[in-house]
Amino acid sequence: MTVHITPKLPKALSRRTVLQTGAAAGGGLLLGFQSPFAAASIPNATDGAPAPVGPFAPDAFIRIDRAGHVTFIMPQAEMGQGVYTAHAMIIAEELDAAFETVSVEASPPSDALYGNPVFGIQATGNSNSVRAFWTKLRQAGASARAMLVQAAAAQWKVDPAGCTASNSEVLHTASGRKLAYGALADAAAKLTPPAKPVLKNPKDFKLIGKPLKRLDTPDKVNGKALYGIDMLPAGVKFATLAASPVFGGKVAHVDDSAAKTIPGVRQIVVLDDLVAVVGDHMWAAKTGLSALAITWDEGANAHVDSAQVWKDIKAASEHEGAIAKAVGDAKKALQEGDPFEAHYELPFLSHAPMEPINCTVSLRADGCDIWVGTQVAARTQAAVAKLTGLPLAKITVHNQLLGGGFGRRLDVDGIEKSVRIAQKVDGPIKVVWTREEDIQHDFYRPVYYDRITATLKDGRIDGWKHRITGSSVMARWFPLGFSHGIDGDGVDSAVDEPYEIPNMRVEFLRHEPPAVPTGFWRGVGPNNNVFAIESFIDELAKKAGKDPVDFRLAMLAKKTPRLASALKLAARKAGWGNPLSPRRGRGVAVQVSFASFIATIAEVEVDHDGNIRVHRITSAVDTGIAVNPDSIVAQLQGGLIFGTTAALYGEIIIDKGRVQQSNFNNYRMLRIDEAPEINVHLIKSGEAPGGIGETGTTAAPPALRNAIFAATGIPLRRLPFDREVLAGRKRV
Amino acid sequence: MTSLRINGQIHEVDVPGDMPLLWVLRDVVGLTGTKFGCGIAQCGACTVHIDGKAVRSCFLPVGEIGNRAITTIEAVGETPTGAKVQKAWLDLEVVQCGYCQSGQIMSAVALLAATPNPDDSDIDAAMAGNICRCGTYVRIRAAIKKAAGAQQA
Amino acid sequence: MNAFSKPSLPVRRGLIGLAGIMALLLAWFFWIVLGPGPMSFAGGSRVTLANYHGVDPTGVPSELAHASLLKKGEYLTRAADCGACHTARGGVPFAGGLGFVLPFGTIYSANITPDKDTGIGTWSDASFLNALHKGIDDEGVHLYPAMPYASYTSMTDADALAIKAYLFSLKPIHAVVRDNTLVFPFNQRRLMGVWSVLFNSDKRFEPNATRSPQWNRGAYLAESLEHCSECHTPRTIFQSLNNRRKFAGATQAGWRAYNITSDANSGVGAWSDADLAKYLSSGNAAGHGSAGGPMGEAVDKSLSYLVPSDIAAIVTYLRSVPAISTSDLPAPKATPAPASYKEGVVADYDPRGKKVFEGACASCHGWTGVSPVTHYATLTGVRAVNDPTAINVAETVINGTDYMPAFGQGYSNDEIAAVANYVTARFGVSPSRITGKDVAALRKQASN
Ligand code: FES
Ligand code: FES
Repeated sequence: MTVHITPKLPKALSRRTVLQTGAAAGGGLLLGFQSPFAAASIPNATDGAPAPVGPFAPDAFIRIDRAGHVTFIMPQAEMGQGVYTAHAMIIAEELDAAFETVSVEASPPSDALYGNPVFGIQATGNSNSVRAFWTKLRQAGASARAMLVQAAAAQWKVDPAGCTASNSEVLHTASGRKLAYGALADAAAKLTPPAKPVLKNPKDFKLIGKPLKRLDTPDKVNGKALYGIDMLPAGVKFATLAASPVFGGKVAHVDDSAAKTIPGVRQIVVLDDLVAVVGDHMWAAKTGLSALAITWDEGANAHVDSAQVWKDIKAASEHEGAIAKAVGDAKKALQEGDPFEAHYELPFLSHAPMEPINCTVSLRADGCDIWVGTQVAARTQAAVAKLTGLPLAKITVHNQLLGGGFGRRLDVDGIEKSVRIAQKVDGPIKVVWTREEDIQHDFYRPVYYDRITATLKDGRIDGWKHRITGSSVMARWFPLGFSHGIDGDGVDSAVDEPYEIPNMRVEFLRHEPPAVPTGFWRGVGPNNNVFAIESFIDELAKKAGKDPVDFRLAMLAKKTPRLASALKLAARKAGWGNPLSPRRGRGVAVQVSFASFIATIAEVEVDHDGNIRVHRITSAVDTGIAVNPDSIVAQLQGGLIFGTTAALYGEIIIDKGRVQQSNFNNYRMLRIDEAPEINVHLIKSGEAPGGIGETGTTAAPPALRNAIFAATGIPLRRLPFDREVLAGRKRV
Repeated sequence: MTSLRINGQIHEVDVPGDMPLLWVLRDVVGLTGTKFGCGIAQCGACTVHIDGKAVRSCFLPVGEIGNRAITTIEAVGETPTGAKVQKAWLDLEVVQCGYCQSGQIMSAVALLAATPNPDDSDIDAAMAGNICRCGTYVRIRAAIKKAAGAQQA
Repeated sequence: MNAFSKPSLPVRRGLIGLAGIMALLLAWFFWIVLGPGPMSFAGGSRVTLANYHGVDPTGVPSELAHASLLKKGEYLTRAADCGACHTARGGVPFAGGLGFVLPFGTIYSANITPDKDTGIGTWSDASFLNALHKGIDDEGVHLYPAMPYASYTSMTDADALAIKAYLFSLKPIHAVVRDNTLVFPFNQRRLMGVWSVLFNSDKRFEPNATRSPQWNRGAYLAESLEHCSECHTPRTIFQSLNNRRKFAGATQAGWRAYNITSDANSGVGAWSDADLAKYLSSGNAAGHGSAGGPMGEAVDKSLSYLVPSDIAAIVTYLRSVPAISTSDLPAPKATPAPASYKEGVVADYDPRGKKVFEGACASCHGWTGVSPVTHYATLTGVRAVNDPTAINVAETVINGTDYMPAFGQGYSNDEIAAVANYVTARFGVSPSRITGKDVAALRKQASN
């Protein structure tokens, strides 16, 4: 039989990294490196404009100045995941630099120089900042160290082999002579980087594996940290906007007579698809906007509603999808056994990062400055070039800290809208979306409809068919990631699932919802797949009459031992099997996502009215080498809360072509008084690091769902959890 | 002209009386540490102190403040409680994206000023109005307790 | 025994009994039908407008005396609050389609833009007056009294036609309004004709010569244009207004329209004139909270457009309505709750109430109920908070107000019930016991 292989994202890690050096302005060493992959013809989804691929671009990865200060030009965006610190740690480790001397700067946009080795473009996402750059950064650090050592040896006229580096100094062991990095930087800059830098043995790591303090936090507790929304270039005016409440609608008519009389309102900008009010401050802009009488030409989508979306996707899922994975003979196994089938539904979700979408633009005839926090700096630059007709070199993107990204800032729509408004305004302008605009004009986590059928043999899964029906975000955002009808992200964690299943078939069926734009959302494809699979596994365990942990372990032990260990640890730490009071239950979910192995156990209580209380969540994770273990724990804690929010409350509902939710009053967030106790246990590992930023988000919903199943016997198959169903007032 | 006492300094601002303090701070005075998250008093990102009490500045009309003292995140570290809270926040690495944290810290400082030794339900009562989308709640709770401990010491 | 012989004693007794019951029923029926009119309470002598010698209490205020007919019509259209009912949620003003959910089905308001097919574009002056005064449309069909024609009936022809002129100046909107979904017998329009004969006086406004001009102006505004009685006066079994209990409060679209008689405890007798005026014109008065639901709409769309002299006139009129004490509405508690969440609430409340409150409410309303943010959000002393049914608290949580976001979508029925009970227990004079089921019912009653 034919086996279709899932298109994997292009892997650049295996490619050779080109290192280049040069002298820094003002002296010192610059070490730049670029992946030749980035120069390949990866079309930029927003624009075909080629990214600059020069010989040596002076804005590169590492600079060491004469005072020995190491500046790391950070390709990835810091949105709370701690990547500034983790990357700095990796470089400092291999460079043997004193960690206090390392600081981080956001890189300018360049796919060529700062392309993410996994995507080939400059993007922060998919929980891969550490895994994608792991080798690259180590090589950069090790090369710089080798060159500094070589420079010192040359000065001392000794064999470099007799020298060691530590704490930002080179030491000649025999003579005890020492030279600081700062003193060597100029000389090192003249050397050629080693072809094959020698990397440290992980057992010699001094920084990696230690819970170091994050570099970006001190200014985040005293109000000094600057996010995109905090930019105040001289003479800036403030704007806020309203786009058509119906997807795809256009402005028909604007009566601005009342708005114009509001003090502080300066200008009303009417574009074909949005209206913005410019004022002396956000308040003027906001009150001005609400004083406008806007008539919208609602267009073709005014009838779209959630009920129809669900009906359509369900109907679509009856058809066969593209085969993403086939092992053994699933058809035969399902025919011969006693198949059990279940369907799972996941709703649209909004990102709602705490910092609403915003962008500050200074557009002049000869250039443009953009201040924003984005996950895609180079794509931002290209998009602005396309809109303004300015050459890339004239567009400066000042990437700022992100007040949360979660995938929302992988799209540049907010930046494009701001630039289009700026084109109508004299002088710099800061466009800030209201929270309502932010929630109602998002790129939503797609609705998914999962059908899984399986048969059991001797208490184990024998046949397995999983059909994933949903939107392909890749097809829009990164067309290379969608081929042969398969969305590489959409089947992530479904084609590579951890259980030994002899006969297996996974299908992807692309089905785009009408009008509703979809995007990456924290946890991306695995969000859907881990929920559907792990919910289903619990239902199978019940059918097999097995304990959910034992049932899983039996099928994991051989194929995915790292996950099996994580599961055993989590079960032990969570007191799996200890008796609970009535209406309390524990639920388990395991996953291999983003190259991390995680087992999660949730303990919940459900009352007779269907109210859910989440008491505690325990996770055990093997994420390979834990660069900064404390950040990893923090990411899991936060991700679990994020996932719990989605499971308990998250749903965007469409009616009459409009998003019904608007702000935190009706798009509810978990609050501190609902937050469970969370215990995260790290498993020591020598494997390459895995991703961690999104894993908690994917882990929480199935674990909670299975805990509810245990507490009530009700097999929920839809997110968010429906209290009416749990109260027995509605059927599953 | 409205006269506001912000972080011990008088600022004269020419703004409408119904304008929420948040925008006066951010867009007129240039103190951007106080954040905008929702504009409807649901998230707490905009929390400041008015005479030491935590108040949502996105809903507070400047015209109603009068001579009361406004303290923002930029100056809260000058109080002993504020400094202890900030330190606990760093010690326990509470922060992720950080966007909500100005508000969290302001709420926590007001809590500790009124209740030096808060238990869990005191923390709930004072902090549940502050949303953290990154989900730092577990550490916020721990840091408040740590700061309370430091205060006792 | 032949058919015409005298009935036997027991049968006679039975017949007499029956007759007695019939007589009682008839008396009761007439007692309702012949109940007092809306302004009967004032006594004195009523005269026709033509015979009234004071300042004309009808028409527009003196500020608009020289305005164009359209301007006058606009003012009166607002005063009559036509837009509130004739605009669907998120719909084009006056294009109709707002649903009124009644126990026996839903009625949708008409399109009153001058569209010739779907609106009132072909209506003559006479048919417009017929609709306002008699509740009969241009095709002779009887309207449901959801259209307050029993109040509008007292509107002068001139004012009604000014409204018509204004409506006819609007852009015609082609909007077909959905059919009503009433069940038998309520779908029998003819019955409405009977109702109208019995309960619509079909009389134009008659000033009270013994009262001041201001009072008469207030009476005209309150009774005819603003049609306050339609919500605030309880109804009889026949759905007519029970003016024996004028302004003593009723339920409207799921909300309680409170007692607005002069009773100091359960009415507005304890309010100052200034507070009443402020509340009517802005929907808010310090110590009395903010108007929500239908009253919020009435303020937004109608009362807030009235000139101060008209508001003052309404206040004068309101003040004259005799006090009726309703035992279900105790005098609001004026003292704030304790500053700590630990004190101030009875022991047996649902813990979820505190949970919802601390997350979504405390930031704005404060633990004391005196808002640290804006007096609009102060709960202390507010009527709804001191209503032991908590109906309007729950409605406010579900639907929000101009100042407060709506929480209906984000929170479950149980949570809303719990927080409503918590709020009345913490800040009100007696705690409510509303349930998740009650909240579910309230959600259903909202117009849409
Ligand atoms: S911005 Fe003020 S509470 Fe959210
Ligand atoms: S740290 Fe990101 S929202 Fe709280």
